[in-house]
Amino acid sequence: MAWIDQKMEEGVVTTTLEQALNWARESSLWPMTFGLACCAIEMMATGASRFDLDRFGAGAFRATPRQSDLMIVAGTVTFKMASRIRRLYNQMPDPKYVIAMGACTCGGGPYFIHGYHVVKGVDLVVPVDVYVPGCPPRPEALIEGVMRIQDKVRGERIAKGAENELPMPHHSGHPAPSVVQINMNNVRSGA
Amino acid sequence: MNADEIANCLSEEFGDAITGKNVEAMDPWVEIAPEAIADVAQFCRDDEQLLFDYLRNQSAVDYLITDARKAKKLEIEPRLEIVYHLHSYPHGHDLVLKVLLPRWKGDVEGELPECPTVSHVWAIADWHEREIFDLMGVRFTGHPNLRRILCPEDWVGHPLRKDYEFPLEYHGIRCQ
Repeated sequence: MAWIDQKMEEGVVTTTLEQALNWARESSLWPMTFGLACCAIEMMATGASRFDLDRFGAGAFRATPRQSDLMIVAGTVTFKMASRIRRLYNQMPDPKYVIAMGACTCGGGPYFIHGYHVVKGVDLVVPVDVYVPGCPPRPEALIEGVMRIQDKVRGERIAKGAENELPMPHHSGHPAPSVVQINMNNVRSGA
Repeated sequence: MNADEIANCLSEEFGDAITGKNVEAMDPWVEIAPEAIADVAQFCRDDEQLLFDYLRNQSAVDYLITDARKAKKLEIEPRLEIVYHLHSYPHGHDLVLKVLLPRWKGDVEGELPECPTVSHVWAIADWHEREIFDLMGVRFTGHPNLRRILCPEDWVGHPLRKDYEFPLEYHGIRCQ
């Protein structure tokens, strides 16, 4: 893109369509209001002023699946609820993402052995993108999960035949540097 | 009235229908024959001296030890107990009623034991009995609406029974 950079007037930014699209998507992840149990309390705390999920553009909790991009499954999923979750997931428009929040949704949690009524992980019902363990996870952990979703959105490729990149989380809290490096190279070479 | 007086009062009224009692326990209890529980409940609520106008809790206990080694040590006779916790607001006294049932009717596995309902005496017993039916598998005869209350309606079995076996799959979702 370097050939065009100096040929524009001041105040004009050039970018790729892909980057612009992904930037818009990752900065306006609208989660669905979907609290099932105690994890919902932490999810509310994440949305409130102290942790302020709005900083990530993900604070607009929608009351309908038709307007949401992200489903935060916060709480114990019972067999009675499972069919409803699947229906709500099917009602969400693409692209859609799912965070499994809390031990119960990750794999049954404390109900794993004796809970006759609990689904042993919401990934048996809908595909999950990010797992946030904890009982319940703190708001920081949920924010981390939202940031990993943002990484995933950033890795989406719109070109025909191009494969989406799956950024590997790094303990620093950012995607592994090598992946970012490759992304930048792709952009520079116009691939 | 203290527990002893209440137990004697019931014994005088119902005679053989009172099959056992323990008035020394922390919660004194009286054991009732299953067929008499509806009459006893009505009497407990309406008698001037008792006036048990409040059913605090109704619940069931499954006495069964599935582990053969532990069963030898403890020697508990397999049975189901329905437990009624009564309270009287006017008199301020409490009573526990117990009804002993076989785990299966006629010892045929799958045939639910039967117990007369008390939902016409205390209205709250309606939901309590539905819950006991749902989770423990007791058929309350004369109940106006005996359906599952917590589990999905097409659920198989009664999950809080000690010998309950988890299904492998429910509506395409793995259970175990």
